Amino acid sequence: MIETRGLTKHFKDVRAVDGIDVTVRAGELVALLGPNGAGKSTTLRMLTTLIPPTSGTATVAGFDVVRRQREVRLRIGYIGQGNGAGHSQRGRDELISQGRAYGMSVRDARARAAELIESLGLAEVADRRVSSLSGGQRRRLDIAMGLIHAPELLFLDEPSTGLDPQNRANLQEHILALRARHETTIVLTTHYLDEADSMAERVIVIDHGRIIADDTPQRLKDEHVGDRILLGFDAETDAAGAAGVLRAERQGKQVLLHLPDAPRRAPVVLEDLRAAGYPAAEIEVTRPTLDDVFLHLTGRSLREGGAATDKELVEV
Amino acid sequence: MTTLIADTTTVFSRELRPLLRDPFTIIFSMVQPLVFLALFTPLLPDEGGNALQWFVPGIIVMSCLFACSMTGSNLLFEIQTGSHERMLVTPLRRPALLIGRALKEIVPMFAQAALIVVVCLPFGFRFDPLGAVIGLAILAAFCVGLGALSYTLALASKNQEWLFWTVQQTLLFPLLLLAGVLLPIENGPGWLRALAAGNPLSYVVDAERALFNGDIWASTTLGGVIAAAVVAVIGLLVGVRAMRRSD
Ligand SMILES: Nc1ncnc2c1ncn2[C@@H]1O[C@H](COP(=O)(O)OP(=O)(O)OP(=O)(O)O)[C@@H](O)[C@H]1O
Ligand SMILES: [Mg+2]
Repeated sequence: MIETRGLTKHFKDVRAVDGIDVTVRAGELVALLGPNGAGKSTTLRMLTTLIPPTSGTATVAGFDVVRRQREVRLRIGYIGQGNGAGHSQRGRDELISQGRAYGMSVRDARARAAELIESLGLAEVADRRVSSLSGGQRRRLDIAMGLIHAPELLFLDEPSTGLDPQNRANLQEHILALRARHETTIVLTTHYLDEADSMAERVIVIDHGRIIADDTPQRLKDEHVGDRILLGFDAETDAAGAAGVLRAERQGKQVLLHLPDAPRRAPVVLEDLRAAGYPAAEIEVTRPTLDDVFLHLTGRSLREGGAATDKELVEV
Repeated sequence: MTTLIADTTTVFSRELRPLLRDPFTIIFSMVQPLVFLALFTPLLPDEGGNALQWFVPGIIVMSCLFACSMTGSNLLFEIQTGSHERMLVTPLRRPALLIGRALKEIVPMFAQAALIVVVCLPFGFRFDPLGAVIGLAILAAFCVGLGALSYTLALASKNQEWLFWTVQQTLLFPLLLLAGVLLPIENGPGWLRALAAGNPLSYVVDAERALFNGDIWASTTLGGVIAAAVVAVIGLLVGVRAMRRSD
């Protein structure tokens, strides 16, 4: 569905995207994860024909993004980082004209708009001026616009930024349902690590315009960080004994154990220790987050520098 | 199969819709040139009631020009918010984006032209209906080209709005004055007439005056058609190219 070779975009002296090779098969749900300025939006903008690559090639839905722009555009949907709906327009009007732009008849566009207004909870605001909508309402309208023609491939640039937790959950459900129903291929960027974790089967980590990891969230976490068990003991001698039995690191009265599938194996570890005569007093099982993965890969945390904080949509 | 016309209609009706939903702003702006006309016409040398005959087509050209040179101004805002980007990702044909937006500026001006003509009839203004229709078609083509250039200017000045306004204002007035819209050029010095001869708008204005008077099968008409067509083609080519190149 998507295939890029050495995809690169330079803005003057900024290497926004620096040689990306990626293949996405039909039906996949892929999340691009990376800090501010990593090059996520620029990558999406090249894949959606908005900007020409400086070098490299990309094929989207079977067509080259530079030479066959119209063919690509007919097959994709795009929900950008900004507001797709014009501020002086009304939501329903924008939905219908968006449908018309994709060649739907007025009747179909109207019906589909009504359907999306209903399912995205926009009924009360759809006939108001867009400028009077709240940030979250506007975001849901943008999403409705991207879905109007039920594209086979959908790009979403930070779809859930600015939504409250309930609407985020609702949106996630919507995206998953869309996928289940139409087998839509989905590429999204997000700052919410838990979102990438719970929704995507595949996470591509981008930093400084390069792909630094690409796998399922589980494998990324297993491979780069792994599960950990932190054991606390009443006496240092017990801790030292336990560290010997488990062949793990010890710090004072604590022992840190790296162990795949830790939650299932923790009870066994406790039993073994009791049997060996070094009973643990405390236990803490930690599963890694994608942030731990990023920290491991780059030495920086995604959460630092506000990368993971809720960025407000630009209010104009 | 969506054709260029269907796409243009989609863009045009999207642009026009907020105006239709809130028509007060247009009605207000329509009255403006009437005031202008009322205050300016008495100042023109009147040789046998000719002032209106000469001036009305000029005023119509002027208001269309003001309007379509603003095509890019709404765009500036939509570039910032992201809704222009959203439209660029749709399969809408690129020229349709340019033409649709320019037409939205021009069509209300044609309603205004009709109003001006009606108001001037009791004061002795006479016009040829067929000539007027042909004249407006020529003007529309010219304005599509100019609107496309205004669109291009907006793309070039995103994130720095002052650039748009500065260039638009700096170019518009010389363009108008050098076409003899407000004052006749014939009596000006040679260099001024030479500049006017290089201004495509001069040919359009001359054609409008002749056409409103009923001189349809004249070389002035041909001159107007050619000038308008050249501006339209150049505007659309430049505009489409700018859209492709824009970051
Ligand atoms: N039109 C542009 N002109 C110049 N530089 C740009 C342009 N667009 C992006 N950049 C630069 O390219 C780099 C990558 O930007 P991009 O928007 O792709 O990042 P991102 O990963 O989407 O970040 P965020 O999480 O903040 O949205 C940044 O350094 C940015 O400043
Ligand atoms: Mg971005």
